[in-house]
Amino acid sequence: MTQVSITVNGTSHTDDVEPRTLLVYYLREYLRLTGTNIGCDTSSCGSCTVHVDGRSVKSCAMLAVQADARAVTTIEGMASDGELHPLQDAFHRNHGLQCGFCTPGMIMAAASYLEENPDPTEEEVRESLEGNLCRCTGYQNIVASILDAARGDG
Amino acid sequence: MIPAPFEYVRVGSVDEAIAALAADEEAKLLAGGHSLLPAMRLRVARPSTLIDIGRIEGLSAIREDGDAIVIGALARHHDVANSELLQRSCPIVAFAAAQIGDPQVRHVGTIGGSVAHGDPAGDMPAVLLALDATFVAVGAGGATRRIDSVSFFTGLFETALAPTEVLTEIRVPQATGGWSFLKFNRRAQDWALVGVSAVHVAGGVHVSLTNMGLTPLRATAVEEALAGGADPVAAAARADEGTGPPDDAFASSDYRRALVKVLTQRALQEAMA
Repeated sequence: MTQVSITVNGTSHTDDVEPRTLLVYYLREYLRLTGTNIGCDTSSCGSCTVHVDGRSVKSCAMLAVQADARAVTTIEGMASDGELHPLQDAFHRNHGLQCGFCTPGMIMAAASYLEENPDPTEEEVRESLEGNLCRCTGYQNIVASILDAARGDG
Repeated sequence: MIPAPFEYVRVGSVDEAIAALAADEEAKLLAGGHSLLPAMRLRVARPSTLIDIGRIEGLSAIREDGDAIVIGALARHHDVANSELLQRSCPIVAFAAAQIGDPQVRHVGTIGGSVAHGDPAGDMPAVLLALDATFVAVGAGGATRRIDSVSFFTGLFETALAPTEVLTEIRVPQATGGWSFLKFNRRAQDWALVGVSAVHVAGGVHVSLTNMGLTPLRATAVEEALAGGADPVAAAARADEGTGPPDDAFASSDYRRALVKVLTQRALQEAMA
């Protein structure tokens, strides 16, 4: 077992983990933060996207020990003081989801991308979702939601 | 899918990494882990120890050194893609880095890990081969060795790195002339079915191929034809000479042979425009 201390959504957690524990399993099974979904399990679908030190990563492709002493943000850490994050609000208003399974990953990927490029074109938003699959929506309202959040409408 | 159990060691220096490699011949280095961990989850790879080099200081910088640009082995694809120095002085590397995987993968995966993995379908190995890049490795006792790109890729997932060597730097020339990097795939994040890199280096046009054999390959016949005065169309017709493309679920070998000629023609026209 290896000890890790990871700050998740602003709270520090110290646990003993097997080195082979993937970050997504640490988040879901040790911390019970089940908003981060496991989809494909092969680092393709992006459902497990979280932020590590502010950048989007696929938490099924990273060991918990690699996140030791890092700051992790999950979908549960996006709202503050009962107020939805602007992306969460935009997905809600634009109906940016159907079944909702991919949504946490979509929002975390989009939040990281908008930090890099706060004023993207529609084409840039579509390219930025290269690592996230949605099997319901055809992406149209997901893209609309992200553009809406970037423009600060509503 | 969970990897088989392994020991985990985090090292703070290249010397510590070399010592840890020497202590366990079944150990593997872990940088970003975005090639290694998926293989471990499928249990295709079962290292006994993972030596985490991801936090070694000073191995991720991108800097100028005389005529060369030196890329630290731990530079992330995202940082390679966004390096102003590379965008200005060797733009094909920055452009290709931005085509690897997807944004999340580029935030974690490293250029050194991608190269040391030796996957013939990877994007960066063929680009570095076209550029005549030099690979710098440190071994036992701190001995530093420079490996040229033609010698570096030795086989399928195999490189010239010795079991106790650590890749520390990749040196590329300034290449500000015409260039092209084309990658053909069916879905956004797929590996290239075939890729072609073309770039002006040292007075000639170098061409290399992705996923056309067990290693990335230089399209020697194309380069010779160009040097002999052939136009891009005639030169590109020789793009499959000396190749052995895979025949797999994604494309037949014959399809890849046809595709590589088309892509090479387009790449040459773009690089030589």
